[in-house]
Amino acid sequence: MNKLTISLSPHIHSGGSINRCMWNVVIAMMPALAVALWTFGLPALWVTLVSVTSCLLAEWVITKYMFHRPSTLANGSALITGILLAFNLPSILPWWMVVIGAIVAIGIGKMSFGGLGCNIWNPALVGRVFLLLSFPAAMTTWPSGVESGYDAATGASQQADASSGATLLTHLNNGETSFADYNFLDMAIGQMNGSLGEVGGLAILIGLLYLLITKTITWHIPVSVIASAAFFSWVLGGNPVLDIFAGGLLLGAVFMATDYVTSPMTHKGQLVFGFMIGCITIIIRRFGAYPEGMSFAILLMNSFVPLINRYCKPAIFGEKERRKMA
Amino acid sequence: MKTFKKGGVHPPEKKTTNNCPVVEMPVPDELRIMLSQCIGVPAKPIVKPGDSVACGQMIAEAGGFVSAPVHSPVNGTVKKIEPTRTPQGIWQDSIVIETDKENPVSFPTPRSDGEVNDLSPDDIISIVGDCGIVGLGGATFPTRVKLSVPKGKTAEFVLINGAECEPCLTCDDALMRRDADKIVKGTLLIMKATGAKAGMIGIEENKPEAIKSMSDAAGKYSNLDVVTLKKKYPQGGEKQLIYAITGRTVPAGSLPIETGCIVDNVATAYAVYDAVYNRRPLTERILTVTGPEVPNPGNFLVKNGTSLLEIMKFAGGVPEDTGKIIAGGPMMGRAVSSLESSATKGLSGLVVLPESTSLRKPEGPCIRCGRCVSVCPMGLEPYLLMLQADVKRWDDMSQSGVLNCLECGCCTYSCPANRPLLDMIKLGKQELRKIK
Repeated sequence: MNKLTISLSPHIHSGGSINRCMWNVVIAMMPALAVALWTFGLPALWVTLVSVTSCLLAEWVITKYMFHRPSTLANGSALITGILLAFNLPSILPWWMVVIGAIVAIGIGKMSFGGLGCNIWNPALVGRVFLLLSFPAAMTTWPSGVESGYDAATGASQQADASSGATLLTHLNNGETSFADYNFLDMAIGQMNGSLGEVGGLAILIGLLYLLITKTITWHIPVSVIASAAFFSWVLGGNPVLDIFAGGLLLGAVFMATDYVTSPMTHKGQLVFGFMIGCITIIIRRFGAYPEGMSFAILLMNSFVPLINRYCKPAIFGEKERRKMA
Repeated sequence: MKTFKKGGVHPPEKKTTNNCPVVEMPVPDELRIMLSQCIGVPAKPIVKPGDSVACGQMIAEAGGFVSAPVHSPVNGTVKKIEPTRTPQGIWQDSIVIETDKENPVSFPTPRSDGEVNDLSPDDIISIVGDCGIVGLGGATFPTRVKLSVPKGKTAEFVLINGAECEPCLTCDDALMRRDADKIVKGTLLIMKATGAKAGMIGIEENKPEAIKSMSDAAGKYSNLDVVTLKKKYPQGGEKQLIYAITGRTVPAGSLPIETGCIVDNVATAYAVYDAVYNRRPLTERILTVTGPEVPNPGNFLVKNGTSLLEIMKFAGGVPEDTGKIIAGGPMMGRAVSSLESSATKGLSGLVVLPESTSLRKPEGPCIRCGRCVSVCPMGLEPYLLMLQADVKRWDDMSQSGVLNCLECGCCTYSCPANRPLLDMIKLGKQELRKIK
C-alpha cells in the first residue's frame, strides 16, 4: 500500500459510459441497415459508407484542427450521425450531395455548438433538411423498380414509379390511391420505397426492443410519438397503421427523437415532446406541402426542449406536502 | 413488496460478509477516543491526563443541546488529550487512553424487567442521553434529541431501519441475526419514550435470515411488525424509509416527526436496550470490514477509539493492492486519508477498494441523457444543479431545491459521462450554509 486515494462519495460507479450508450444505438440500427441493403442493394451500401466516412472525417478534422482537442471518434456519436443521415437519404443520391449533407450535419449541426452534448438540433436531421431544401428534386427521387408498397394489381401509379419512383406518402399526398390498397406485410418488412432507413418497420422495432432491454432509452419518447401520430391520424380520418409504417415515423420515433442531447430531461417532458412530434408530423403530412413531416416535427420540437425542460420539472419529494403545511 | 417510489438505483450488493457472525475484536493497548462523535457540538473532556478511568465511565460530557457524552470503553489511564485525524481527515481533539488489562472489567447489575417497566418515558430519554447514544446508521444525530418529541407533535410510529441498502455493509444484518430479541426490546423502549403506538421494522428482502429472526422476535408483540422491503438504494434514507413503510411523505425541509414517525437504526435500538437494561453506555459497535482483497473480512465488535490500522490488522492486514479505504459504505461513506484515525460511534464499516477501482474515470461532456434526474430519490435535477454550481449561482441552486439533497450519490453513480454531480451539489450546499 502506497498512498490512499481520497475522493468524495460515491466510490462506485454503475459502469455505464457514453461510449456504451452510443454503441448500443449503433447495434440497434443494424437490423434496419440490413433491411435497407436488402431492399435497395449496393447503392444503399455506398450511400451509407460515404455518409459515415464523411461524418467521421468531418468530426476528426474539426476536433483536431479547430478545437485542438483529443479525438472523440471512439464515442461513436459521429458514427451514429453518419448512419442516421444515410437512413434519411434516397439510395440513388449523388455521392457529393451525401458528403455535403454529412459536413453540414457534423460541422453546423453539432460542432458549431461545441460538440457532443451542446447541440440544439439533431445533427443528422440538420443535414437531411439542408439537403432537402438545397436539392429538393434529388432528395425526393427514389429508385425505380422498388415496389412502393402497392398491391401490384391496382397499378394506378406504376408508371410514375417506373420513371422516378415514389413513396407511399407521395401517393397519399397526391390523393392517388386509397388506403385499402396497401399490403401491410410488405410495408413492415421493407418492400416499399423511401429513404434507406425508413423502409424496414419491423427491423426498427427490433432495434427499439434492443434499446429498451439494454436500458439505453426509456419507452416514453417512442411510445408517445407513435401513439400521438396514430391518434391524430385517426382524428383526421386517416389510417393510423399506415401512417405509422409509412415514411420516417418509426425511424424518427425510435432513433432520432430519442437522441439524448436534443430531447427533454424528464419523463414528463419526454411525453410532451413525443406527443407534439406525432401531432406536428400528421399535420404536415395532411396539410403541408411536403408529403413527409417527421424531420421538421423533430427539429421544431428540438427547439422547444429548453422550454420543456423549464416547465416539465420533476416534483421535488415532499414539496407538495410542504406547500400544504404552510 | 414495499419500497419508495421516486428514483433509486440497484448497485451490486457485494455483501460477501453476510454469513459472518459477529466476532469480538480484542481490546487494543491504546484507544484514541474522538471528542466529536455526533453531528452536533463536540463533547467536553471531564478527565485529565493521568486520571484512571473505569469501563463505562463518562470521560467527556455533552457540549450542548445537540451533543452526546463520550464514555471509556475500557479500564485504563488517560495518557493525553491531543488532536487525532478523524476518518474524514480533519484534526480533532481526542482522549488517549492506555488500556489496563490487569484489572478485569466489572459490569453493572442489569435492570430487571420490573425495574425497566417502572421507568417513565423521561427516564428512558435521560438514560439514552447519559449513555451517549447517537444514530448509528451513519448520521450520528443524538438519539436523546430525536426521542424528545417536540410540543404539539405526536409520534405514531417508530420505524426501525434494518434496510441496510448500502452495498458491502452487513453489520446491521449480523446484529439482527444475533440479537433480534434485544433489538425488539430496544424498539419497545423507544416506543415507550416517544409515546408511539406501533413499531415497524423495515428490512430489505436480501436478508432472509434477519427477516426471519426479527419476525420471530417481534411476533410476540401485537404492536410490532416486520416489513419486508424491496431491494433498492437508498431505502435506508429516512424519508425514503418512511414512504416505503407508511406511504407518508415528509414535507420538504421538515423532520420525520411531521408525519408522526420516529426513525432509528437497528443498531441504535440495540444500544438503547443495552443502555436501559444493562446500564451500559455506547462504547462499542459492530462494523463490517470487507473488500475483494481483504484476507479475513467479517463483522467485528469494535471498541470505540480503536485505530483503523488495528482493525485492518484484525481482518488479516491491509492488502497489498489497496487504493482506497472507505469509512462506511461505498455509496455514502468517506474515503479515509490515514489509518491512524480511530473508530467512532458512527463508523459502520471499512471497505477496501483495490487500486483499479479507486480512481474515477475521466469526465466527459453532459449528453443530457436524464439519468441523474430519473434516479434522484428527491426529485431534483442534478445536471442543472451542477451547471449552477459551475457558475457559482448558489441562490439558483437553492431555488432548485438543492437543500433537499440527501447526498445518496445515485446521480454520480449513474452518470454515463462520469460527471462529479454530487461533488458540485455538496459544494453548493456548503456555500449556501456559509451564506446563512
